[in-house]
Amino acid sequence: MDTKSIVYIALFAALTAALGLMPPISFAGLALPPITAQSLGVMLAGAVAGPRRGGLALLLFVALVAAGLPLLAGGRGGIGVILGTSGGFILSWPICAAVIGILVAKAPNAGFVPMAVSIALGGLVLMYAVGIPWMAFVGKLGLMKSLTIMVAYIPGDLVKVVLATIVARGLRRAYPNL
Amino acid sequence: MLDLYSPGTSPLHRLSPGPKMLVLMIGATALFLNESLPITVGALCGVLLLYPVAQLTLKQAWQQIRPLLWIFALFFALQWWFSGIALAAYVVLRLAALILLASLVTLTTRSSDMIETMTWALGFLRPLGVNPAKVGLAISLALRFIPVLAQIAQEVREAQKARGLERSVLAVAMPVAIRTIKMADDISDAIESRGYRP
Amino acid sequence: MIEITNVSLAYGQRTVLRDISLTLSERRIAIVGANGSGKSSFARLLNGLLLPSEGTVKVDGLDTRSHGKDVRRKVGFVFQNPDNQIVFPVVEEDLAFGMKNLGFTKDTIAAKTTEILTRYDMLDLREHPAHLLSGGQKQLLAISGVLVMDPAYVVLDEPTTLLDLRNKRRITRAIDALDQTVIIASHDLDLLGDYDRVIVFDEGGIVADDVPGKAIPFYVNRMS
Repeated sequence: MDTKSIVYIALFAALTAALGLMPPISFAGLALPPITAQSLGVMLAGAVAGPRRGGLALLLFVALVAAGLPLLAGGRGGIGVILGTSGGFILSWPICAAVIGILVAKAPNAGFVPMAVSIALGGLVLMYAVGIPWMAFVGKLGLMKSLTIMVAYIPGDLVKVVLATIVARGLRRAYPNL
Repeated sequence: MLDLYSPGTSPLHRLSPGPKMLVLMIGATALFLNESLPITVGALCGVLLLYPVAQLTLKQAWQQIRPLLWIFALFFALQWWFSGIALAAYVVLRLAALILLASLVTLTTRSSDMIETMTWALGFLRPLGVNPAKVGLAISLALRFIPVLAQIAQEVREAQKARGLERSVLAVAMPVAIRTIKMADDISDAIESRGYRP
Repeated sequence: MIEITNVSLAYGQRTVLRDISLTLSERRIAIVGANGSGKSSFARLLNGLLLPSEGTVKVDGLDTRSHGKDVRRKVGFVFQNPDNQIVFPVVEEDLAFGMKNLGFTKDTIAAKTTEILTRYDMLDLREHPAHLLSGGQKQLLAISGVLVMDPAYVVLDEPTTLLDLRNKRRITRAIDALDQTVIIASHDLDLLGDYDRVIVFDEGGIVADDVPGKAIPFYVNRMS
């Protein structure tokens, strides 16, 4: 692996951490965990850095969180969070970034909609497909009920898909040989 | 600076990260396999008793749970509604025990020690093409970049504030992303010009 | 001595430098030019970060194309933005990075770290996080990280551009005190009065190459 790839992996791991510093948006009377910008890092890592670098970037991020660094939104970290209710979402991030990378690489210069669909498939559908069963398992809650909880997050995640698509397309224009 | 570690000299602090992780894995699996409420309560009390042993206060234990209070309340309410109060208590207490147990490892282990153990463990993946030295470089770089990126984001937010754009996420995200990629290219050059050979 | 022979540099269609031949043997050499004049690219050719599209760059007889590693050992490079040069989170870890790459022993690394930090009055910052240093301290750390590798030449790409006046002076004093041959790309013309030679770049070519007393007025005149 060349130096540039190592730098990109570190950079997108750090970007995901830095996005956790953005003030989170609370809603539903604080009944649910807040929406954070952090999964934007997952989407950008996949769409900008590619499947290998993006996937490894998020793997590095998750490892650093597990090692006890407070890199998740709200200054959380440690193995406890990963074993908790939202652990499945966090653990899915490396896979999501890699899948987004693979999908985007299939048509790197495609229009807005195809790229947004790629990002949504990896960064929303797949993330929920891993995160919700995990939530159902640790909370003994049943899939449908967990799914219902997550419906509240879909609008926020769709906004992030649009944002990630705009930024990824902008970056690919600014740096054609990323 | 950037660590959840709580300094101390207890036996748990002195234990190396590997065995602690192993015990955590076993403990977490046992908690999931166990279906009985009394045993779960016992486990939770047991974990809480370990906090003073590890020179940690109950306040610190509470701090681990507090951010999850809302989701606990939600789960409790849903379970109570659908399956009765016993199951609701079991689910929430099991989660609390699990998180407190994991936090016990996090609070008594320096992240640098944990990273060292992880990098060491990666040595076993060498036959698969994993190079621990490169992983080590990536970890250091990531830790170095986080404050730099936070500062870049701050600068861009201030610049956009002057233009009345600070509430536009895109007006902040785009320049941050562009500067980030530019930085990546410069850093690669800097690493190579300081004699690093991948 | 650095010999540049018939060097051109192009990115795709865009020519950045065209047919440049120079011999750099003075102790203090400055490269000036507007943004986009090619001076940063020229600086990057000197330690092999960039390879010429045509022609050769030789450092003490070593071609940057075939002896990249040896050339980088001889020619240290300081970047404009120290944040893009400091690789490790803690001061002493960052200083050790280049020395480890050169295979120095632990004792040597520790001794050289102490020596360089003492020289710049930063010994108490040894275990300090790099991101909490001031702008001037960061640039001194970046320079130190290069100096501990014992280069014969130090190339600096606008090292004072991002600094305030006080830190500009501090960095300038540090550069003036170096034993090494210094090649600096700079916008700060008032810092270059004592240099042996000033080379003016414009649109990828050399338009003046003289002592500061002549080259700097020429450049100022041309820009206005």
